[in-house]
Amino acid sequence: MAKLIALTPCADLLPLTHGEITVTEVVPDRLISVAPNAGQNKAVSALLQTQVGGGLSAVNRRSGPVTWFGHGTWLVAADVTLDGLAATTDQSDAWAVVAISGAGVGNVLARLVPVDLRGGVFKKNHVAKTMLGHLSVTIVRASADTFEILVMRSMAQTLVHDLDVAMRSVAVR
Amino acid sequence: MRLQAPENTVTFTFDGRKLRGVPGEPVAAALMANDIKLVARSFKYHRPRGVMSAGSEEQNALVTVGSGPQAEPNVRATTLEVSEGLEVFSQNAWPSLRYDVMAVNDLVSPFLAAGFYYKTFMWPRSFWEKLYEPVIRRAAGLGALSGETNPDKYEKAFAFCDVLVIGAGPAGLMAALTAGRAGADVIIADEDTQMGGRLLREQEQIDGQAATTWVADVLAELDEMPNVRRMTRTTVTGAYDQGTYGAIERVAGTRDADMPLECFWRIVTKHAILCAGALERPIAFPNNDRPGIMMASAVRAYVNRWGVAPGQRVAVFGNNDDAHRTARDLVAAGIRVAAVIDSRADAKVSGDFPIYTGAEVIATKGRHALQSLTIRHNGGVRTILADCLAISGGWNPTVHLTCHMNGRPKWDEEIASFVPTAGSIPAMETAGACNGTFSTAGCLAEAASVAASIASDLGFEAEVKVPKADDTAYAVTPLWAVPGKGRMWIDFQNDVHVKDIKLAAQENFRSVEHMKRYTTQGMAPDQGKSSNVVALAVLADATGRGIPETGTTTFRPPYVPVSIAAMGAGSQGKGFAPERFTTSHRATVARDAPMIEAGLWYRPSYFPQKGETHWQQSCDREVGYVRGAIGVCDVSTLGKIDIQGPDAAALLDFVYTNTFSTLKLGRVRYGLMLREDGHVLDDGTTARFGEQHFVMTTTTAAAGLVMRHLEFVLQVLRPDFDAKVISVTEQWAQFAVAGPRARDLLNTVLDQELDDTAWPFMSCGPVDVAGVQGRLFRISFSGEHAYEIAVPSRYGESLFRMLTAQAEVMGGGPYGMEALNVLRIEKGFITHAEIHGRTTAFDIGMGRMVSLKKDCVGQSAAARPGLIGDHRQQLVGLRAKGALSAGAHLFEKDADAVRVNSQGYTTSVCYSPTLDTHLALGFLENGRARHGDVIKLRDHLRDITQEVEVCDPVFFDPTGGRARG
Repeated sequence: MAKLIALTPCADLLPLTHGEITVTEVVPDRLISVAPNAGQNKAVSALLQTQVGGGLSAVNRRSGPVTWFGHGTWLVAADVTLDGLAATTDQSDAWAVVAISGAGVGNVLARLVPVDLRGGVFKKNHVAKTMLGHLSVTIVRASADTFEILVMRSMAQTLVHDLDVAMRSVAVR
Repeated sequence: MRLQAPENTVTFTFDGRKLRGVPGEPVAAALMANDIKLVARSFKYHRPRGVMSAGSEEQNALVTVGSGPQAEPNVRATTLEVSEGLEVFSQNAWPSLRYDVMAVNDLVSPFLAAGFYYKTFMWPRSFWEKLYEPVIRRAAGLGALSGETNPDKYEKAFAFCDVLVIGAGPAGLMAALTAGRAGADVIIADEDTQMGGRLLREQEQIDGQAATTWVADVLAELDEMPNVRRMTRTTVTGAYDQGTYGAIERVAGTRDADMPLECFWRIVTKHAILCAGALERPIAFPNNDRPGIMMASAVRAYVNRWGVAPGQRVAVFGNNDDAHRTARDLVAAGIRVAAVIDSRADAKVSGDFPIYTGAEVIATKGRHALQSLTIRHNGGVRTILADCLAISGGWNPTVHLTCHMNGRPKWDEEIASFVPTAGSIPAMETAGACNGTFSTAGCLAEAASVAASIASDLGFEAEVKVPKADDTAYAVTPLWAVPGKGRMWIDFQNDVHVKDIKLAAQENFRSVEHMKRYTTQGMAPDQGKSSNVVALAVLADATGRGIPETGTTTFRPPYVPVSIAAMGAGSQGKGFAPERFTTSHRATVARDAPMIEAGLWYRPSYFPQKGETHWQQSCDREVGYVRGAIGVCDVSTLGKIDIQGPDAAALLDFVYTNTFSTLKLGRVRYGLMLREDGHVLDDGTTARFGEQHFVMTTTTAAAGLVMRHLEFVLQVLRPDFDAKVISVTEQWAQFAVAGPRARDLLNTVLDQELDDTAWPFMSCGPVDVAGVQGRLFRISFSGEHAYEIAVPSRYGESLFRMLTAQAEVMGGGPYGMEALNVLRIEKGFITHAEIHGRTTAFDIGMGRMVSLKKDCVGQSAAARPGLIGDHRQQLVGLRAKGALSAGAHLFEKDADAVRVNSQGYTTSVCYSPTLDTHLALGFLENGRARHGDVIKLRDHLRDITQEVEVCDPVFFDPTGGRARG
């Protein structure tokens, strides 16, 4: 019997390099959204701790495989079993995830993102749900000069386009 | 003329003439070095004009840079940098700058005073728009755009800091140094190419050495600090809420296709220190606009900083001590000073040049350049030969930014100027000349103290360490306009002179805001930077009020002109809006399908085949696939919302008009959603996958809207519900498989064959699709036996290619939006063409779907009188022999097709290949009771008139047997 072939959101778009900055695709194994039922945050956090090695992170923070993802919602990069405690939804295919890194990466994002991403303010594992150009994105600082950007899968091409334009103009400066 | 031969030069052109210039110097300096004085023609009278200033306040020397689509008009020659191959053109002159035909305006100037247009071109009224205005606009004006698309790149960016220092003169540098040393994150922005402000333009000493040395040392220290960012060529243009400042950067560097011309910054800061300095103001005297008449500070700048002489015999005319240093600097540079004329009888001035105190310039001569001036002195007149006149009417602190949030400056009698009102902009302090502190020593001390206090507010330890500098007091006696006859220019850019302002006052435009509009003083690119205070002083005099009572006009952003291209940067071409692509996009484009935009999504209009020359042929064929065999369509763009939680069913009951709590597991139900005002919000199907788990489908157009609505309901209307909603639109690639052979096609890709009894109409559940877990919904938007099959998006392209290939073997294939639309119109299914925001459930014939057994959003509002009844325009079907059009109005057969007789309109039309007739859906007054009537359709825009028969909106298979079969 024929089998379906899997494609990643940025399969034909990345990697991309201009100057010192490179964008690569990140392909998470699993992305499960977790929205605890009323009053169940603690219980969910405890269970996640045992199941994936990290509890619910603070607002605007990532801790291990758990990333805060908006009002009462977290994105967990692993399978979880939280029956009766939380709404869990498979989002593994919903997001295009890219990593942008290199010296001066902040200058590229400063052309697109209206929030303060300075190292002293937006530290490692800080999370921002914000805009990148016209796109709604989630941005996580993965290291001193690497950011992870999540955008809706259908908009991967626009994300790469916008990053490409910004990277070029930073590179020529 | 250059004072010294420069080290290296480049070639640029002015009106086609090749000239040498020093790279980086202002074009104004290079023109001066080449002894070119006539650089522009004035706005209204086309008078010859030359360079007046040495900064962004320039009123006269506006030029066009480049040609063709890249031409940029109204660039100030005083800030434009010379570079190799730069093309510069003069403006507002024809056939040439030297012989300008429109200079005839100057001869008839008595007829062209302020208000002339309003009074003269009154009649006949229709002539204004078609004749007068175009002619006047052509005669008066500045540079013009090419009208072509500009390929240049522009950029926008954001920056953040603790302290934003605006301006890098002595005060700005001192402030940045103090805050930077303390450890604060500092951005210092200055519009010049180099930082230093007046210190680069004057002969000054700081700490016993040349001020330029001090500047170089400070810049070196700032550059060593990782917490300080220097932004040159960057003008802060506006102060906005919450510590946000706009700034425009002229990007330096070689012209590369990727190199932006300008970058528009939005800088967010905790504190700002305005160190914007001051602008010298002119004096109004007769014919004070000849090329060669310049601001005194500009003369010093050209001599001291750029080493060019603005003239060979320079006279100086001023009302303050600061003007005298001009004569000293000129003498030091070896330029002859023809005279120093001070309007103050008690002025103390000495030097090796003729000095006239208590004197005034009363006339000037020279058509294309100044030749001589006449002064009134000791009761007599005297003519002085000079090719340059340096004037100074005193200094105006640059208070602009402090007024951007409705602040008003205060009048300071001592310096005869407006100074900032403290606290006008939250968290912004002012220091130095912009604060009315004019001595260098004063600027340094004030800036250091302000910066230190801000740094300690931020929790840093700051030290106030001020170098020793010049502390000469500034003395001025106001002189706005020299008494006498003749035209005395105040606003050089808009050709406004003293008499215009007096005329405004005489005609009762006495408020400064009215005077501005009546005379156009203070408008256009310079926004009256140099002329405002002089103008209002003249107005104050004419109206017999004091200057403080007269007040200033409103200072608004931007401080300097900002290209629209910079503000809109990134929004051209692909940057205009995000593009959303389905997983089947590549496979669809590979089939040459024309794509149409549906919101941000791109969807195929139709899939053309060889030999088809018109979309209608493709569409008819695709409709035939679905009615006769099998069609496949990507429906992933429809919104999909995962709803879970103990109150998931209660939430659905509350947002849908009909009941969902009774829906069985593995079943799907159609639902209608209302807005709070009772009108239809959206429709769609919702499937039940678990006791507490539903998946809602929305229309493509309203996916975001419905998500927002659900969040609103959960957070605001019913926070007691414990239910979670999250979009899964992007998680699933979903395809409609429709037609009599739908089951056969699915069986070619499903791991287990479909059992018809287990999958009745409106059922749903998990299925295995070629090794992958997917979902199947037996629903139909075509009226045929149909399914929607979903797989995780990574498999979308693969499944689409598989389904379409198999469908083609079975006599079918993919279908696009055109066919989808025909199929749903034939079935009378609504889209947002019908639920367009002004229709109710009653109007679309679904009034009975509003369950009265429970409450739901919009239920009571929908029952309001007026929203139900025979007078409502109700959904009907219309059929006709000829083509119909959407948006046409409906009339009684014999009624005149005029507005008052309109009884309704059409919303969707198509040619039905299935029924071989033209169909429409529309709304008609009391329509449901009028099935069988023949009425008139009239489209005034497309000039279409048709007789149409009113009928039930379900044209095809009214019993629905095909979908269930």
